Amino acid sequence: MQKVYTQIESIVGNVISVRAKGVKNDELAIVTTQSGESYANVIKLQGDLVSLQVFAGATGISTGDQVRFLNQAMKVSYSDDLLGRVFTGSGVPRDKGPELNENMIEIGGPSVNPAKRIIPRNMIRTGVPMIDVFNTLVESQKLPIFSVSGEPYNQLLARIAMQAEVDLIILGGMGLKYDDYLYFKDTLEKSGAMSRTIMFIHTASDPSVECMLVPDMALAVAEKFAIDGKKVLVLLSDMTNFADAMKEMAITKDQVPSNRGYPGDLYSALASRYEKAVDFEGAGSLTILAVTTMPGDDVTHPVPDNTGYITEGQYYLKGGRIEPFGSLSRLKQQVNKDTRDDHRALMDGMIKLYASYKESLEKKSMGFQMTDWDEKLLKYGELFESKMMDLSVNIPLEEALDLGWEILASCFEPNETGLKSDLIMSRWPKKEA
Amino acid sequence: MENMNGRVTGVNGNMVTVEFDEAISKNEVGYIHVGDVRLKSEVIKINGKIASLQVFESTSGVAVGDPVSFTNEMLSVELGPGLLQQIYDGLQNPLPDLAKECGFFLQRGVYMDPIPNKDWEFTPVAKVGDIVAPGDTLGTVPEGMFTHQIMVPFTFRPVDWKVVSIKKKGTYNVRETIATIENPKGEKKELTMVFSWPVKKAIKLYDERLRPDEPLVMKVRVIDTFLPVAKGGTFCVPGPFGAGKTVLQHMESRNADVDIVIIAACGERAGEVVEVLKEFPELVDPKTGKSLMERTIIICNTSSMPVASREASVYTAVTMAEYYRQMGLNVLMLADSTSRWAQAMREMSGRLEEIPGEEAFPAYLETRIAEFYERAGKVRLNDGRTASVTIGGTVSPAGGNFEEPVTQATLKVVGAFHGLSRERSDARKYPAIDSLESWSKYEGVIQSDKVEYARSILFRGTEVNQMMKVVGEEGTSVEDYVEYQKSELLDSVYLQQNSFDPVDAAVIVERQQYSFDKLFKVLAAKFKLTDKKNVRLYFNEVRQKFLDWNNVEFKSERFKQLEGEIDDLFNKEFSSFDEAGEKLL
Repeated sequence: MQKVYTQIESIVGNVISVRAKGVKNDELAIVTTQSGESYANVIKLQGDLVSLQVFAGATGISTGDQVRFLNQAMKVSYSDDLLGRVFTGSGVPRDKGPELNENMIEIGGPSVNPAKRIIPRNMIRTGVPMIDVFNTLVESQKLPIFSVSGEPYNQLLARIAMQAEVDLIILGGMGLKYDDYLYFKDTLEKSGAMSRTIMFIHTASDPSVECMLVPDMALAVAEKFAIDGKKVLVLLSDMTNFADAMKEMAITKDQVPSNRGYPGDLYSALASRYEKAVDFEGAGSLTILAVTTMPGDDVTHPVPDNTGYITEGQYYLKGGRIEPFGSLSRLKQQVNKDTRDDHRALMDGMIKLYASYKESLEKKSMGFQMTDWDEKLLKYGELFESKMMDLSVNIPLEEALDLGWEILASCFEPNETGLKSDLIMSRWPKKEA
Repeated sequence: MENMNGRVTGVNGNMVTVEFDEAISKNEVGYIHVGDVRLKSEVIKINGKIASLQVFESTSGVAVGDPVSFTNEMLSVELGPGLLQQIYDGLQNPLPDLAKECGFFLQRGVYMDPIPNKDWEFTPVAKVGDIVAPGDTLGTVPEGMFTHQIMVPFTFRPVDWKVVSIKKKGTYNVRETIATIENPKGEKKELTMVFSWPVKKAIKLYDERLRPDEPLVMKVRVIDTFLPVAKGGTFCVPGPFGAGKTVLQHMESRNADVDIVIIAACGERAGEVVEVLKEFPELVDPKTGKSLMERTIIICNTSSMPVASREASVYTAVTMAEYYRQMGLNVLMLADSTSRWAQAMREMSGRLEEIPGEEAFPAYLETRIAEFYERAGKVRLNDGRTASVTIGGTVSPAGGNFEEPVTQATLKVVGAFHGLSRERSDARKYPAIDSLESWSKYEGVIQSDKVEYARSILFRGTEVNQMMKVVGEEGTSVEDYVEYQKSELLDSVYLQQNSFDPVDAAVIVERQQYSFDKLFKVLAAKFKLTDKKNVRLYFNEVRQKFLDWNNVEFKSERFKQLEGEIDDLFNKEFSSFDEAGEKLL
């Protein structure tokens, strides 16, 4: 039997409290107000005083409104019907499709037993040379894109969503601008990728509690699909908004802040989401690519800083390009030995030369005299930036590697590249007569 | 038997308040019963008739009024043969067994016997009628390459216990009674090979603590030569993310010259632990010729596993280290990362509504860190043997800034500081230990005044380098430029070490001493060179030779050949030795 409580004792921020008996921690409830219904979940019990966070926000809730407990935790429906659909952070359809109530699964489930994990072994091709060649994305990897606000990170995510060689894309949007949401939707629909995509979208104007639920919803569904043998790529944008929603909630709950107002469990909260990335032996895999905007381009800000300690590298998006310095895929070593024999050597060689280019560029800007070598490097740097780094470049790995050799050949003599002679013998482009 | 004498009165995250009737003690373990599931928890505060418990699992679904049972025991680990090679979570649940039981996920409320249910070949040492005390050996079993001593449980009162009966040599199950002992009051106790010890108490059944004076060789040049660690000492490795803390710890866990290594992966990435799990059984310990796993225990409480058991995991690990120390062994315990452990304390402290200290860490942070590192130590056991526990912890300071509470509290109590720097790791100079900022209070494998001399060159070189950035190369004198080149040489051929090269990855002491002496001559020399360009070319050549030399087998033909080439190169431009350097030679 469901009991209804009508005496709300306090309303602070998005948290309300009622006196009720037999309520469980994390239990879901429905709050009925004049303006409609909203889900809420139990976040604290103290004697018979129950605190709930209201997903739709507490704005307009009256002390006489109804609270009905549902005797179950937050759940999300899981089936193939989810494909192509768009939901809010609390799992309500955002498109015009029907509500899904079948086969409900728990969200925020237990973590994977480390003894069951395996060493990652498969590359995910994205068609972005700066990723495929230089910092390969690997199945089951968790990687953030560190970026300043205003960079085209959502465009990059959308492109990866369209092109990545995976079975399923799950997009979790947190605090998205409405325009960005539409951009994602339109792009995916146009490219035909929508049929293999599920979206959980919280836009900037939606209540912040829903923002906190988005990663859990997206990852719970993704995990299920992965167990059922699918290669799933979860795209999250933007995790800084998630952390800010957590901060807001923590302060409402009178928690002592630890660093710049963020709660002390920021690391654990982020880690429990990112660690969902996994490769299931004998089943599918779950890969996470998330955007973390860095306020003020400051990598020591608590959100990127804690993220960096959790994730397996990062892509550093700056000036509309993925910077080769600062970007790192910790797992690339696991896969780039098996792609093509020249992959690793070319990757290292080109980056070293690009680093030298940066030095020459600095020398030039300080007015020092340029040598022949500097001129070569400058030419190389420009070619590298326009042909490789530009985000619009869209070629498969093999072509990108060939392009790399071409760029080298058009700028340098073979022995200037620092590459091994046997590789040069086999790969150096033949001069056209 | 457990008594159901408590009821839940409140839930806040992983802290649950419980009303209780009978006496309970602080740090006692209690179980919260949610339906059929029992959630393990620990009493951390008692106030009147209300106790606050930190729950080691998710508290989802706990309701006010749920029954709670108390065990009368503090949070403990089981000690006995079979700990080696195991992979445990922070509460000593064997993870591979859990995987067999529950599949991919860690199910809540499933606890399993930590010590494998196995038979062991028991050889009695004590005889009927012998008087024994806690920690005394009753018999032994062979555990892999070690002789595992079966001891009188450490928790027993330190009175004269008389051996009433003891099993003959033979094979017995680990939980079978192997001896009965009796105290002066006539109370009898039946003993098996297994007993428990509360993790938060240090095991102190030894004669005396000794000064850690023997170097613990890690086969990492920059550590053994410049920043040594001693057996029974403590060290910490703070560094920003991506600086290579974990890689360095893995190197240490592979190469350290100790009997047993215990790795506590505390709140870090699961993927990194997996690498250890998959690699160690394949790797051969050069000292024993056996797989590295045979000397290793892994405590693995990664970042997504419950926070409270993360707090427990470092204690679990250090307790096992102390247990093996009682058998006369040298144990190295590595904790990665102690910051996550401190954060777990912070989360709990927040829930207890304690007044926060700096960055919201509890006021007792420093005492806890000090207590933990103080559990290391070289000791003389009651039977005269010496043994040690060495503790090394990584620290993950927020923003890579060492001026934060955990790093600072750790630096106060450790004997060596291996600080990693972002600049060095960005420049791919590994291990990225900043040898100018780091320090060690222990004695190393190389004469200390020579090391001091080499360090002074590093300092001087850095100074010159900074000066050059302002005045340019042309404004620098040849002498200064040579100093700068020497420091660069020392850095690239000695401080840096290639952990992927089969030879360079682990360098034995003898070789370190040998190549340091060779390098020292270059450092202490004055050269005939007068032109900066030639200096640069010359040092490039020297560097290349040393690097090649580093990568060949010690004392092989090629080694000797390259050594000759280095000597020739040296003699070609050598003019005289610097005065201070000559004295040391």
